[in-house]
Amino acid sequence: MTPLLELDAVSKRFPLGRRRLFAKALPPEVHAVSEVSLTVHAGETVGLVGESGCGKSTLVRLITRLLDTTEGTIWFDRREISGVPARFFARDTNRADIQMVFQDAGESINPRFTAADAIADPLRKLLGLRGAALQARVEEAATQCGLPLALLGRYPHQLSGGQRARVGIARAIGTHPRLLVLDEPTAALDVSVQVTVLKLLQQLKAELGLSYIFVSHDLNVVRLLCDRVVVMYLGRVVESGPAQQVFDAPRHPYTKSLIAAVPRLEGARPEAPRLVGDPRSPIDPDPNACRFHGRCPVGFDRCGTAMPALREVAPGHLAACHLND
Amino acid sequence: MSTTIAPAAPRDSIWAHARYMLAGNPVTLFALCLFLAYALMALLGPMIAPFDPMASDTARALQAPTWRHWFGTDQLGRDILSRVIVATRVDLGIALASVVLVFAAGGLAGLAAGFFGGWVDAVVGRIADTIMAFPLFVLAMGIVAALGNTIPNIVLATAIINFPLYARVARAETLTRRQAGFVDAARLSGHRDGALLLGQVLPNIMPIMVVQMSLTMGYAILNAAGLSFIGLGVRPPTAEWGIMVAEGASFIVSGEWWIALFPGATLMLAVFCFNLLGDGLRDIVDPRRRT
Repeated sequence: MTPLLELDAVSKRFPLGRRRLFAKALPPEVHAVSEVSLTVHAGETVGLVGESGCGKSTLVRLITRLLDTTEGTIWFDRREISGVPARFFARDTNRADIQMVFQDAGESINPRFTAADAIADPLRKLLGLRGAALQARVEEAATQCGLPLALLGRYPHQLSGGQRARVGIARAIGTHPRLLVLDEPTAALDVSVQVTVLKLLQQLKAELGLSYIFVSHDLNVVRLLCDRVVVMYLGRVVESGPAQQVFDAPRHPYTKSLIAAVPRLEGARPEAPRLVGDPRSPIDPDPNACRFHGRCPVGFDRCGTAMPALREVAPGHLAACHLND
Repeated sequence: MSTTIAPAAPRDSIWAHARYMLAGNPVTLFALCLFLAYALMALLGPMIAPFDPMASDTARALQAPTWRHWFGTDQLGRDILSRVIVATRVDLGIALASVVLVFAAGGLAGLAAGFFGGWVDAVVGRIADTIMAFPLFVLAMGIVAALGNTIPNIVLATAIINFPLYARVARAETLTRRQAGFVDAARLSGHRDGALLLGQVLPNIMPIMVVQMSLTMGYAILNAAGLSFIGLGVRPPTAEWGIMVAEGASFIVSGEWWIALFPGATLMLAVFCFNLLGDGLRDIVDPRRRT
């Protein structure tokens, strides 16, 4: 089975400032995403986890083609979409196929649009729908997302957080995409609303045959919803594999600490130490050292002299750590 | 669940909101009434003027205000009230045209500068800085003197000196929205940069720009009248506030104060009116900036 989405060694670096006229050296670069490879099969939910600043958001912007890659290729349905510059991708044939649900639904809806305008915008622009057909499709999407039609005339500031989230989801599914990127879709919501929105997303996935990339801080949710999980640290994938397996038997010390840090009623598990301090700087990191070196509770000499490669530790389960050799 | 989309409630609530705001802002209400009066004078002009503004009657020259001539007559016996009323169209017309022009040029330049950054921002920023480096009224004088004193040139000069103000306001407002989620959402919805800028970002900064337009209307009127006052604007015998003040200035020493006073007061009141209106509008569209 060919994957729906395939990333092959995708990197994104942001130069800090411009190259000086007579300077020999290039300006330092922020390595936001480094050599990330991942696949999403049709009907699959892939979780993307990692702490703030680990490059999740940049990776999401690369996948949704809002940002150009520095290196590497992105394939969608056997077509290389990374070749189309991001600023032309808005009119690309695959634009309607890759949609996104934003983290803060309130901020992602134009304040001068009503809910109906917001949901209609991609339908009008990408599918060319007008008049009654447009109206019908807007109402269909709203109904699928449990948004009362009476609220369609309201502006975002007149809606509650949960209602805004539903508008954001309705807008994203309106064009019948095949891949939906969910960027922490519940982060800005009340706990009580989070559950209903997550249930809605599960239901839509089954109804519409969607594939999800689910970005989240909430490991419990990832464990519950995702088939596979990808753990990122400072722009690199440190571990990936079937969700159950990664959570039950993590093979990278960062994943272990991450799972140990999940709040539990009975207190943290004693065996995995909590991480202290901050990640190292993403500006021109040492290519011959593990990015986790220095913060890793079990690191040794070799971690500072060689970058560990992603290796298969079990069928379908990859980890990048020297300890697995 | 109803099958029809409920009509947007906010349509009447905009008016309700405006009424509510005006009730709490008597000064803005006053400015609004004044603005309506000026607008009527500009629209109806010659129809409501009691006398022909150009007809001179030397027998009635230099008469102080009477019941027949409320504002008195000038050195050629022309009725000052009629001339003040007819001049409204000229002055407000020049100001309005220049404000619309500078809104289109400066607003769009600022929008592009804020959105694209980089060299676009640098070019717009340097143009604005260059204009700001001159004393603005002197620059306007220079432009009109160089291009010839016709009404289009006065409009152009007034627009040019206001360019930096519009470009900067539009740029700053765009900058705060460039990173907003709805810009990314619009890209996902199939909008390219141009459509996104005009269709999604511009409507969001429009309220601030309208306030800016009202505030600069006052200065634009003052600028147009100022140019005419020093002889670089509209030419006599056209009825225009600046010219009338200039003509009346020499008579003040000999005691004929009404020739300069009434056009001057009308001019002052117009500037005052647009400034107050701008302040009031700003309070309505953006309560956080209230002073």
